[in-house]
Formats: sequence, C-alpha cells, structure tokens
Amino acid sequence: MSNLRPTGEATPRTDPLVPGADISSADIRAGRLRRAPENFLTADDIRQVGKGRRDFLRSSFLAAAAATGAAALGGRAAIAATTVAGDGDPNILTPTPWGSSLGLPVAANPYGQPSKHERALVRRQSPGLTQVPAASVSFAPLQGLFGIITPSGLHFERHHQGWQDIDPTRHRLMVNGARPDFVKTPKVYTMDDIMRLPPVSRMHFIECGANTGMEWGNVAVPTVQYTHGMLSCSEFTGVPLRTLLEDCGADLKAAKFVLAEGGDGSSMTRTIPIELVLSGEVMVAYGQNGEMLRPENGYPLRLVVPGVQGVSWAKWLRRIEVGDRPYATKDEAVHYIDLMPDGQHRQYTSIQECKSVITSPSGGQTLLDKGYFTISGLAWSGRGAVKRVDVSTDGGMNWSQATLQTPVLSKCLTRFTLAWNWDGRPALLQSRATDETGFVQPAYGQLRAVRGTRSIYHNNAIQTWQVAESGDVNNVQIL
Amino acid sequence: MSRSCKAALLASAVGALLAWTAPALADGFANVGRPATPAEIKAWDIDVGPDFAGLPKGSGTVSRGMEIWEEKCASCHGTFGESNSVFNPLVGGTTAEDIKTGHVAALKRTDFPARTTFMKVATVSTLYDYIRRAMPWNAPKSLSDDDVYAVLAYLLNLAEIVPDDYTLTDATIRDVQKRMPNRDGMTTAHALWPGPDFPGMAAKPDTANAACMTNCKPKAELASQLPEHARGAHGNIAEQNRLIGPVRGQRTGPDTAAAEAPSPALALAEQSGCLSCHAVDTRVVGPSYSEIAARYRGKNSNETADALVSKVKAGGDGAWGAVPMPPQDDLSIDDAKTLVAWILSGAPQK
Ligand code: HEC
Ligand code: HEC
Repeated sequence: MSNLRPTGEATPRTDPLVPGADISSADIRAGRLRRAPENFLTADDIRQVGKGRRDFLRSSFLAAAAATGAAALGGRAAIAATTVAGDGDPNILTPTPWGSSLGLPVAANPYGQPSKHERALVRRQSPGLTQVPAASVSFAPLQGLFGIITPSGLHFERHHQGWQDIDPTRHRLMVNGARPDFVKTPKVYTMDDIMRLPPVSRMHFIECGANTGMEWGNVAVPTVQYTHGMLSCSEFTGVPLRTLLEDCGADLKAAKFVLAEGGDGSSMTRTIPIELVLSGEVMVAYGQNGEMLRPENGYPLRLVVPGVQGVSWAKWLRRIEVGDRPYATKDEAVHYIDLMPDGQHRQYTSIQECKSVITSPSGGQTLLDKGYFTISGLAWSGRGAVKRVDVSTDGGMNWSQATLQTPVLSKCLTRFTLAWNWDGRPALLQSRATDETGFVQPAYGQLRAVRGTRSIYHNNAIQTWQVAESGDVNNVQIL
Repeated sequence: MSRSCKAALLASAVGALLAWTAPALADGFANVGRPATPAEIKAWDIDVGPDFAGLPKGSGTVSRGMEIWEEKCASCHGTFGESNSVFNPLVGGTTAEDIKTGHVAALKRTDFPARTTFMKVATVSTLYDYIRRAMPWNAPKSLSDDDVYAVLAYLLNLAEIVPDDYTLTDATIRDVQKRMPNRDGMTTAHALWPGPDFPGMAAKPDTANAACMTNCKPKAELASQLPEHARGAHGNIAEQNRLIGPVRGQRTGPDTAAAEAPSPALALAEQSGCLSCHAVDTRVVGPSYSEIAARYRGKNSNETADALVSKVKAGGDGAWGAVPMPPQDDLSIDDAKTLVAWILSGAPQK
C-alpha cells in the first residue's frame, strides 16, 4: 500500500489543530493557493488521491498494467500545474483508469446520485442556532450551485415539528369557509382529484423570512451557505389555488384572507394574502423540478406563495379556509414578526424585498491565483422580476452593471455575472439588485437606520465579501 | 436584442401566464372532489381567530393546568416555562406595568436580549389555537379542549396575568385579552404585505437606496468582521467547497475525512484487487459482499470461513454462477482470513 501513497501526504498545508494557521505560508507566495504539483497537497487533495486510488483498484482487473502509473500520478491530478513539466501532463500522456477500463452498468444507481467527489456540497446546520434539530434549519450550499435551480436534495429545510413522509393515497385537501357563506360547497380533494385538474408549472424562489437573520447586528457566520442559504428555487407544478376556490364556489368578493394549514404534527397555519390568490400566483403544488415534492419540502402537497417568505408556503397542506380577517397564528403572532427600535413588532410582514448576493467568490473561499475570475451571484425580488444588478469591487464606491443570465422571471432567482481580473490587491465585493418596481437593494446603514438591528427577519442588505491579498475571502459588513 | 428587452419580453410572458384561466368545461370539473361532510369540517377546522371565532366551549383551572403542565410540558419547557434547553423560554420579561400599558417595556431595551413568548404575543387566541393543534410537541392534538384551557390558565398564571384561583373559560378568555402584556405591541405600518388590508399600511418600502454608479462615497469602511472564534464554528470550510473550480474552501478545522478513515480491511480488499470484481452492495463480476454475508449468515462460522479462505486462494466457480474467480496466488493466508472475516461481517466501510 505504501507505494501508492502520494509523497507529501504527511505534510498537510495547514495545521489542523490551529484552524486557519497556514504553517507553510512562507512557501506559497502570500499564502495564495499555488497550483503546484506534488509535495504540495492539501488534505483535500490527498483525499482526492485516495479516491483516485480506489478508482484505480476497482478497475485494476481490466487495466492492471496501466493503472500503477496512473495512481502514482494521482496527486498531480488534484491541482493541475500552471506550467507543464517534462513532456506534458501525465493525465494526458498516461492512460487514465476511467479511460482504460469498463464502466458501471445502467441502473447501477436506480435513482442517480451526485458524483462521490461532490460530497462537500450538502445541506448543513448552523451549530448553536437552534436547540433541537426537529425545530431547526438546514442551509443550501449556495457557494457551489450554478444557474438558478436548486437541486431538490439540496433545497433548504425549515421544520417546526420534524418532517413527515405522508402516504399520498391518504392525503386530503379540504377547502372550507370561516363562515358558511364564504364557500358554497366546502369540498374534499384527494391527490387523484388535484392531479386531474389543469396543471401549471412555474419557477419561483422561496426564501425564509429569517434568511440572513443572524447578521442583523454584525457579521456572525463565515460562508454564504449560512448567511444566505435559507434560499432555494424550483420549478413547481400544481393547480392555482384560485381554480380550487372557484370550484368550491368561494365568494371571492367577501374573501379578504385565506388560511393555509399543514397536515403534519404542527398543523402550521398562516394567513395568505387574497391579492396573490386572485392574481392566480398562489398555487397548490405537488411537483418540484419534474418529480413529486420531496418529503422535506411538503410531499405530497404544499402551498406556493410567490414572493412571500417561506413560512407561508404551508407544507403537507391539508386545508384552506376562506375568511375575512387575519388569523394571528403562532407563526405570525409570536415569530416572523419584526422587532423595531421602538419596541413595536411589525406583524404580517410577508414580501421578501429585492436582494442579491455574490456566491462565487464568497466567504470562506480562497481565490486560486491572480488573474481572471467570473464574479457570479443570485438576485431576486418578491415584488417581481429583477431589472438589473450592479457589482462593486471597491466596497461600493464604484459599480459596474452585471450581466443577467436568462431566464429572468418574476419572483424567481436570477443569475448574474461580471468578468473580473483580480490584480492581487485587497478588494471588497458587493452586489446590488434593482427590481422592476425600481426598488434598489439597501445598504446595511440604510436598513438599520429604519429597522435597527434586532428584527431577525427580512434582512435584505447588501452583502460584502472582503478579498485579502492572500486570496482569502471573508465575510465583512459595510454600512 | 438587448438584455433589458429580453427581460421585458420574459416579464410580459409571465403576465400572460397569470392571466391564463383554467380550461374548465361548461359544467366545471365534473367528478373532481366531493362535498366535505359536517363531521369532517368539524374534525379539521380547529383554528381560533383573534376575535375568538372558532373557540370551543369549555373551561380549566390554574391548578388543573399545573398538573397537566408537570406531566406533559415541563420536561421540555421547564417547571416555570423558563427553560432554554429545547426551545426559547415561554414566560418572563413582562411586568405588572406592561399589563397596564399593553406594551412590553423590555422590548425597547437593547441590553435585554431575551424575548419570551409572553413578551411578544399580543393575542391570547394565538396560544389557545397553537397549544391545541401542536402541543405537546411529541404528541400534538392529544389534549382535550378543557385541558388546553387549563394548561393555558397555568401559563397565564406563571406570567402573572391571572391569579392562582383563576378559571379560564370561553367567556373569561376575553377579559384575559385585555390584560395581555404586549396586546398593543404590533404594528402593520409597513409595506411588506401585498395588499391594502391592514391599518396604517405604508404605500412605499421603508428604504430608498439609489443606483449610484461612480464615486458614490469617499471611502469604504468596514463596520463588522467575522470574529476570530466564529471562523471555525461551522466546521472545516475546506470540506464544504468543491475540489475544482476557481476557488477552494479555507481550512478552518480538522479534516473529518481523516477521522472517518476507511476500515483497514476495506483498504486491504482494494489493495488486493478484490474490488475490481466485488462491490459491497452491487454485483459486479462476482457476487456482492453483502450477498455473500447473507448466504453464510448463521452457518458454522469456522468451517465456512476456512472453506471460503481456500476458495479465495484457489479460485473456482459454481457457487454463484458459471463465471470463475481466478486464483489469488499472491494473497497470504492471513490476509485471506482477514478479508473473509470482514466479508462475512457484512464488509463495513469504516
Ligand atoms: C418534547 C418537547 C416539548 C413538549 C413536551 C412540549 N413542548 Fe411546547 N414546544 C416545544 C418546541 C420545540 C416548541 C417550538 C416549536 C416551533 O419551533 O415551532 C414549542 C413551542 C411551544 C409554544 C409556543 C412558544 C413560542 O414562542 O413559539 C407553546 C405555547 C408551548 N410550546 C406550550 C406547550 C405546552 C402547553 C405543552 C404541554 C401540553 C408543551 N408545550 C409541551 C417542545 C415541547
Ligand atoms: C476476477 C474477478 C474476481 C476477483 C479479482 C475476485 N473475485 Fe471473488 N469471486 C468472483 C466470482 C466470479 C465469484 C463467484 C464464484 C462462484 O460462483 O463460485 C467470486 C466469489 C467470491 C466469494 C464467495 C465464494 C463462495 O463460494 O461463495 C468470496 C468470499 C470472494 N469471492 C472473495 C474474494 C476476495 C477476498 C477477493 C480478493 C482477494 C476476490 N474475491 C477477488 C470474482 C472475483
């Protein structure tokens, strides 16, 4: 075995017991990641070599001769050298294990899984944020996602009383009125019924009202996963709630509010604005990214309330009640209320106002080297489509307009990019979104001037990532 | 076409989508859904509004509430509703003066971080509704309506809103509302609701940034930075980022992969080339190790192991099919024994 161990395995780049202490920084030019080959491997690189070795061994039956060389060179595969030594890159000159062996058969994974090399990008909890994991949050790994769609398995989670995997044949949706005259025929629908109705599919973001809530007063968490990861975006398929209300003969003139209720243990309830029901935007959804909803996201049925904070998107939806006054439910009378400096709480705050964040490069990351980078991030607005995004690399003194990738949809994530040549000097990266109403995302100073620092909810301030000379990117705040 | 043009087109496509009405036929959606029965509505329509609509008849005393609390609630919320171990404290932070004013004074204080349930909640209906539908947390909807009255009476007593000898009923709860410490602590004067349905709603958002492009301010000053102790508080960020691409994660903690080192037998199986034909859970050229373990489970283990060691060393076919396993000449007997023992124990990865 020892002959397969890459040289350098015994000398990790940083001291694992002193987080962040770069014991070999003297060697690596201002501490930046040097794309140097062997004898210079981070623990991650070493791990990758390990995986490569496993690959090699798995295929050794078919590629016995070729493989020994390939595995020994695995260390170099981890980070390609900027300049090539000798005849060239051994990954090209020597047969690779995957290029010289038989691969796995079809349906080896009946439900496909991400590559084993992608294990870093998973939902994670923020230690100490909540006391128990069944009333908690897991954050989506925005630092590694592309485009605008969140893979269903990485969709952030927020549960108040754990999650359930409901038997869809036993799930029912009831529509009734707070008073008998609000709904002519209160009805019960099975999933069969709901899936027979004319479907729509639409892409929308969902953001927890408490996203970025840990940062109201000061910087608290290291990466975009924890600062902004209570954010996801999916294509949802379902039936506009309006269709169901009309089917039951609801009095849409008398109706002022709608109550949505979940079928899990918490039977979570929320008051839904009738305006978004009448516009046809609110939907009763069963589909997410082409398949059924994931149990963690409300299988088999959830409410989709575009532009409104996630807590209103009642999961495991069992009942809709048409009413004429708000309900002051627990999660709109004890939580999801925004504390203002005068001691009053804003109640029924719902819309997620225009916001954006750079996801790459972002906090906790290190730039590989000087030179070309694409600054890339996400922008969204609960009031409609994103109109433009500006990016600053000097902490907001000067701005450049970013490119918006299509599609640019209403109440949906929008991906923006800006080309950037990093000269190796310290930089302060910010993004600032403007939506179709003309609303411009506020700076921290502006937001705090009106809402103080204790609100918890609806923090849509401009995020700053500080790029140090070392290439390290860190979370900072600028007012 | 310019970007903004494209965006506008897309936006209008969304507009068109929303105007889309369901293609119902003249007689609606025939045979889809059915009328709900009165009993079904009664079973599920359990919400209680701030005007007490939906409140069931019933009553409960503080002393009965204390019994229920100690049996079913105190384990998580503490004897006095003060516990911080499972959830935030329910009780505390309110005063007799707050009961008079209807505003919890401590909410104005920046030196008073606690925010208990009773400091915030304005409507007592919220507590009745919520306890009835969701508590106890691990057995929701198990309390009778009277028990909900009783345990709420006890909580109100802990919060010094009602006296020790109080009986909470569907009638007296209206008096309690007038004594809720933060009953006037809510405002709807904001623009974060999409309609005009609340008193004092603001027409415009409360911030008004401008999209300045050049020389927007003289300098960029940092107001806050990540405290040093928080750098490693979320594990090793190097392991939360991809191994390829323009960036890497910073090393902020020990490498958990090293701690989860694979089992030495797995490494031996790799090194000995077994894994080119065997996987733990799926059939490759040879049977999966879990199949092998399952077939020999419960058989006389020494004999089985010896037979399998010889088979591995000598190779052979017929036990699983016509494909032969080649002889493993280079494999020592000890290694073969280690491997067979590992396979028979289910081939654990770690
Ligand atoms: C197994 C632990 C557990 C038990 C037992 C329990 N609770 Fe809870 N309770 C919780 C948790 C956790 C929450 C927060 C749920 C959430 O995040 O939505 C909560 C929330 C509450 C709240 C709302 C507090 C707030 O600020 O949101 C009230 C009121 C409450 N419980 C009352 C009770 C009563 C009354 C009982 C007994 C009948 C009880 N609880 C039993 C765990 C428990
Ligand atoms: C070239 C492919 C190949 C390699 C390499 C290989 N095996 Fe096998 N193995 C097989 C096949 C095929 C069978 C099924 C033989 C049969 O049907 O009797 C098998 C069967 C077995 C069995 C079950 C035998 C029985 O009689 O039930 C064990 C245990 C086993 N292999 C262990 C190992 C170990 C340990 C190694 C590595 C030292 C190894 N194998 C390497 C192909 C292989």
